[in-house]
Amino acid sequence: MGLIDHEELPGIVTLPLRRLVNWSRKSSLWYLLFGIACCAIEMMATGASRYDFDRFGMIFRASPRQSDLMIVPGTINEKIADRVKVLYDQMAEPRWVLAMGGCAINGGPYHGEYNIVDGVDRVVPVDVYVPGCPPRPEALLHGVLKLQEKIAREGIPQKSAARA
Amino acid sequence: MQEMVARTESPGIRSEELFVNMGPQHPSTHGVLRVLTRLDGEKVIDAQADIGYLHRCFEKIAEKRQLFQVIPYTDRTDYLAAIHDELVYVMAVEKLLEIEVPERAQYIRFIMSELQRIASHLLWFGTFAMDLGATTAFLYAWRERERLLDIFEAVTGARMLYNYLRFGGVRNDVFDGFESTVERYLKDFEKRLEDYHELVTGNRIFEKRTQGVGVITAEEAIAYGASGPVLRASGVKYDVRKNDPYLLYDRYDFEVPVGQNGDCYDRYMVRMQEMVESAKLVRHGLADMPSGDVMGKVPRRIKLEGDTYARIESARGEVACYLVGDGSDRAYRLKWRSPCFVHLQLLNIMARGGLIADLVASIGSIDIVMGEVDR
Repeated sequence: MGLIDHEELPGIVTLPLRRLVNWSRKSSLWYLLFGIACCAIEMMATGASRYDFDRFGMIFRASPRQSDLMIVPGTINEKIADRVKVLYDQMAEPRWVLAMGGCAINGGPYHGEYNIVDGVDRVVPVDVYVPGCPPRPEALLHGVLKLQEKIAREGIPQKSAARA
Repeated sequence: MQEMVARTESPGIRSEELFVNMGPQHPSTHGVLRVLTRLDGEKVIDAQADIGYLHRCFEKIAEKRQLFQVIPYTDRTDYLAAIHDELVYVMAVEKLLEIEVPERAQYIRFIMSELQRIASHLLWFGTFAMDLGATTAFLYAWRERERLLDIFEAVTGARMLYNYLRFGGVRNDVFDGFESTVERYLKDFEKRLEDYHELVTGNRIFEKRTQGVGVITAEEAIAYGASGPVLRASGVKYDVRKNDPYLLYDRYDFEVPVGQNGDCYDRYMVRMQEMVESAKLVRHGLADMPSGDVMGKVPRRIKLEGDTYARIESARGEVACYLVGDGSDRAYRLKWRSPCFVHLQLLNIMARGGLIADLVASIGSIDIVMGEVDR
């Protein structure tokens, strides 16, 4: 990043386009409001008065078409797994997934039971894992900050080979 | 179903039924509920709930794990009022093993259970108001709930899912200054509750959206086996705390708020009044809390034999647990009666003939938790 000291156009900042794009992407991560189980209540708590997701430019969206981030807050079973996949497919690129809580990571307390999918990463690719049962709002916020760091490091994708 | 609806058909205009699939990802279905609705214009002809998106094998797990290992799972059935579901399971085991619970532990359970009712109703208040479009109420309700969660965290170590009750008592005593902290909270809370009433109760939009919407008559409520605020809003004065007292509910006097019309507004009012009564009960409990042990004598080796049925009044209604033992340290069978599952069957009655927007109000007003419906 550099500052050009031009007489006629003062205050011009130069920086790689990649950084500008990443900065704007990470600063307005709109997340999909998809409350699955207990962790959804902590996700709501994070969005509510005390923890306030809005500080990070995160606003919940009811439609996957408008959201950038899918927080998966809860147990994935055989019946919901297809729906999670559909929702993920409906999201526009670039998109990120955050697995919240033990259940979304590997089934958590329900690991290995009939009907349970052991981890949402068997259905959709996951970027950040936030452990806990349920994770505290602080933990979720930390996970989001980690995701922002990850986004800041991303390069500009080559044509269609975006994110494998 | 066709004949029940007066079709808005005029010559030259063809009208047909519209099928709308609501959920499982929908902001006002409170979790992963899917409602299959058939519409005639904006009128709902039929609304069927499709559940099972959060089935987590709870009853099977209860057969596989040792008795005490099941307590954390009971938390996760009704995660908005975790203490209540812990309590009913613990009570069932205590009944079967004939374990005595010390007086102080009873009081702690009693106070925590009523505080939990306030926490649960607060969350319901926030989300219900948000369903109807009032976002501010949601933020207000969470402000109060967070303070309550702080108290829970100081006592149990967790914000939501506590794993706090044990067979024969509670895991640990309350912290020093518990009484004054709770008392201070209740004082503020009662002041805030007045704010809520000013903010929401008298609101014209809110009244229009809820009065006369989603009516359940007393006969229907009884026939379907409804309980809790849903049943009481229909005018039936039935509360497990009064009718089959457990803990210390027979010692203290409290009102059971009852509605008249059985619509969304009455369910709202019943819950709002219940919070006041809960605060009253907590005060009673705090005043009389004795000192002493918080854990009773529990046999080292547990052998579960026979069967028992325990029930309590949770924030949502009558939660019950039927427990069968076959002489081992595990349950042979555990059956969970969840009020939300029952109330969900009333959805069609509430929604039929109403507008699609009222369906959202109806779902919100019965206060479902999908974890408890699907288990």
